Amino acid sequence: MENNIITSVLLFVPLVGAMLVLLFPQKNAPLIRFWGLFVSLVTFVVSMVIYTGFDPSVSGFQFVHKIAWIPSLNITYYLGIDGLSILLILLTTFITPLSLISSWKSTGHKVKEFTFFMLLLEVGMLGVFLSLDIFLFYIFWEAMLIPMYFIIGIWGGKRRIYASVKFFIFTMAGSLVMLVAMIWLAVYASEQLGSFTTNLLDLYKVGPNVPHNIQSWMFLAFTLSFAIKVPLFPLHTWLPDAHVEAPTAGSVILAGVLLKMGTYGLIRFCLPLFPQSSIQFAPYISVLAIIGIIYGALVAMVQSDMKKLVAYSSVAHLGFVVLGIFAFTEEAMQGAIIQMVNHGLSTGALFLLVGVIYERTHTREIADYGGIAKIVPVYATALMFTSLSSIGLPGLNGFIGEFLILLGTFKSSVLGNWWFAVFATSGVIFAAVYLLWMYQRVCFGKVTHDKLNKLEDLNTRELVTLLPIFVFIVWIGIYPSTFLRLSEVFSNSLINYIMKI
Amino acid sequence: MIPSLQDLFNILPPVIIGAGILIALTLEMFVKPAKKIIPHFAFLVFLFTAYYSLMTMDKETYSLNTLMSGGGLTNILYFIFTFGSAIVVLISYDFIRKKDIVSSEYYILLMSAVLGMMIMASAKDFLMVFLGLEQMSVCFYILAGINRRNLLSNEASLKYFLLGAFATGFIVYGIAFIYGASGSLSYLVITNAIVTGQNITFLTIGLLLFIIGFSFKIAAFPFHMWVPDVYQGAPTTVSAFMSTTGKTAAFAVLIALLLPLFTVGNYQIFGPVLSLLAALSMIYGSIVAIAQKDIKRMLAYSSIAHAGYMLIGIAAGIPAGSAGVIYYLLAYTFMNIGAFGIVAYLEGVEETNLHIEDYAGLANQKPVLAALLSLFMFALAGIPPLAGFFGKYYVFVAAIKAGLVWLALVGIVSSAISVYFYLRLVVYMYFRENSKTITVFDSSYSMLGIIIAALLVIIVGVFPNTVVELITHFIS
Repeated sequence: MENNIITSVLLFVPLVGAMLVLLFPQKNAPLIRFWGLFVSLVTFVVSMVIYTGFDPSVSGFQFVHKIAWIPSLNITYYLGIDGLSILLILLTTFITPLSLISSWKSTGHKVKEFTFFMLLLEVGMLGVFLSLDIFLFYIFWEAMLIPMYFIIGIWGGKRRIYASVKFFIFTMAGSLVMLVAMIWLAVYASEQLGSFTTNLLDLYKVGPNVPHNIQSWMFLAFTLSFAIKVPLFPLHTWLPDAHVEAPTAGSVILAGVLLKMGTYGLIRFCLPLFPQSSIQFAPYISVLAIIGIIYGALVAMVQSDMKKLVAYSSVAHLGFVVLGIFAFTEEAMQGAIIQMVNHGLSTGALFLLVGVIYERTHTREIADYGGIAKIVPVYATALMFTSLSSIGLPGLNGFIGEFLILLGTFKSSVLGNWWFAVFATSGVIFAAVYLLWMYQRVCFGKVTHDKLNKLEDLNTRELVTLLPIFVFIVWIGIYPSTFLRLSEVFSNSLINYIMKI
Repeated sequence: MIPSLQDLFNILPPVIIGAGILIALTLEMFVKPAKKIIPHFAFLVFLFTAYYSLMTMDKETYSLNTLMSGGGLTNILYFIFTFGSAIVVLISYDFIRKKDIVSSEYYILLMSAVLGMMIMASAKDFLMVFLGLEQMSVCFYILAGINRRNLLSNEASLKYFLLGAFATGFIVYGIAFIYGASGSLSYLVITNAIVTGQNITFLTIGLLLFIIGFSFKIAAFPFHMWVPDVYQGAPTTVSAFMSTTGKTAAFAVLIALLLPLFTVGNYQIFGPVLSLLAALSMIYGSIVAIAQKDIKRMLAYSSIAHAGYMLIGIAAGIPAGSAGVIYYLLAYTFMNIGAFGIVAYLEGVEETNLHIEDYAGLANQKPVLAALLSLFMFALAGIPPLAGFFGKYYVFVAAIKAGLVWLALVGIVSSAISVYFYLRLVVYMYFRENSKTITVFDSSYSMLGIIIAALLVIIVGVFPNTVVELITHFIS
């Protein structure tokens, strides 16, 4: 296989960019901001080059870059892209510059450190999506915690220390369990294949042969780690804290990309490595996903804090994605993948909008607002649009994902029960309730507080961050095949592979 | 038996250090500005020995019949001792002057202790082990109390001496049993005795006593009681020295003795014992460290936990396990010297700035030091891609290979717990505002030492292959 260096370029542009930030003078904040934006835009351009060269009809990995890294333990530096990761990579490189623009004003202090950590975070996220060696994957998976930890801890809200430590320890505890399972699998591979290996493609051959009861444990160990990241009910408690305390840019990245790493991990690792156990546990996980959908929606409904409301809505939305993954039909898998992108866009935009108004008023309490539609019409329109996309209005992106997932769940032979789909559908209704109710309380009615009259509408910078997202929200809603075709071959072959076993 | 020149040549690194000690003592007596010269001299001797050990690694030999070994693994250990000590000299230089500690003796004692460690690492005979151990320990006792005017330092020294002597008692008693059972003090003969199974009961008792004695030295639970008090009371740079190179020397003895017993002798009886010690040390160290407010005490409990991780590798009883321990020791030496180095840098003339709250807002006052200390904390917590992570990965792989999955699971539980207290320091430095500005004496020597340690933690962590290949090459 020919080595293709462009995947490494994608990874090293933000890394080198982050290192260079450290050389900039601390005082020159605008320069540092522009540099961060520039680096993230270059990364985006590189990812577009990859996109144009990507052949969606090929099953398997493209743009593979593989070099020996730790030969004595047979660990390789092994990157590659397929139909699953291409969308998430594009999402990452798309969201990062936007979140940098969004934080142009709000991170007043330590701009240098902020830019450094944001770029490092991008490296970590891209590394997770690119790695085809589980050791390399684990390195990115863990290393990515550090920048996020600092972003929440330094630039976060009042309870930022609690939130950042909780975030770190939750994720770390889960991934350590996965580490032991990874090592066990690599040692098992040395019995099966004759050499200790962490190469994912080799492990794909080994995983299904693991004796049944051990495979269950392996599956649970991996799933635990990913379920914490997703987060799947009842492991979601770190999420509202982290989301609420994180600065806007942090929330956007958290919701936009970080949570997808959990569902990505489920698809990339749990399903193909342990197909038998995945099918065996599918009903239980689907039940948890549905509890998450309903619970997330109900809790979101009673929140008085806008950011918390959006955070709980993530729990519900990601429940849909997990349900789609464990339905084991091609439609549901396609829906899950596109829904990951959708959630990144819609929830990312919602966090941006909450951040916009918080910057002006320094409150996120719904009760502190009322009737602002008259004062800031553009803002109110943008909020409406995003809410509708998040609810899943036909014609916008959310609908496509949810529809495919529900369709696939209905038809699912593994779940074998259409009650799953029925209960999940109720989540769609709840989503309409909590988002529209919040919208009504914030935007309609009388102007409840005098100081709201001085509220300024969206400025150009804020529009620049929101409009690109809106374009994609409509695009996916009207013509989803641009995106679905990327993951079609992947979903097809994965589902066929699993159902065959 | 009269040693020939060839014998000395085969174990040249300890000979160089020995000669260095003699020269330094002479300088001290006859040259006026010895105070200035000796630290530089010690640094150069350490650095040269480290270099020489690396260069002569592939010549594996024995010396003095089979009393000592040279080359190979022994030289890797020499390198850890001497290079680690070179960094300790760097972080000590201004610290010693700040604390007004008698300077020349300090560096000469460092060299003497290293000589003892080298003898331990190369010993293939219980008598040599004992000689090396006492040489090292006596220097440690003095070094712990070298800050004479400080009460805590005196207490540390006395406590260490009493408990150390107690541990030595175990070791000598064990050696007596072993000698009685096998009629020899050589590892080789004893491994053979295990294979043939003669007097196995007394051999086992002897070995068990020996292992208990060494558990004191490596600071494993439940033989750890001296550790927090001694690491807290001893001058900070001495704690850095004892907790890294001293631990390495003690582990070197355990590896050299136990690995052949496990593999050649197929003698598994100590496996469960060591596993239990490992599990208890990890959990105890991590949990108790959470309650610590004093940074040196926290690092002391963390040192107990790390002894546990390393014991996993030994308990696994396979070459890969021991290779993992040696990698871990190398990584730990740099991480811990770095961390203690920064603590020493920030410490005041009296024992101030040692409380965790003194570090609040340090990122504003000393951004570089705060960043470096965070790096060491992340490394100690085992976050990739730093050296501490690969060390853990390596010993966990060995444990799982040897079928000790439960021990690896205990290891990850304790790692997850330990994240909390390592992160807490980062929380204080970055997420809290300074309640007061602390007075810090800047020292470019210390800074150099800390930066070297940090670079090694990164390089050895990201590119572990060379080190791993060297170790696995020589261990098999």
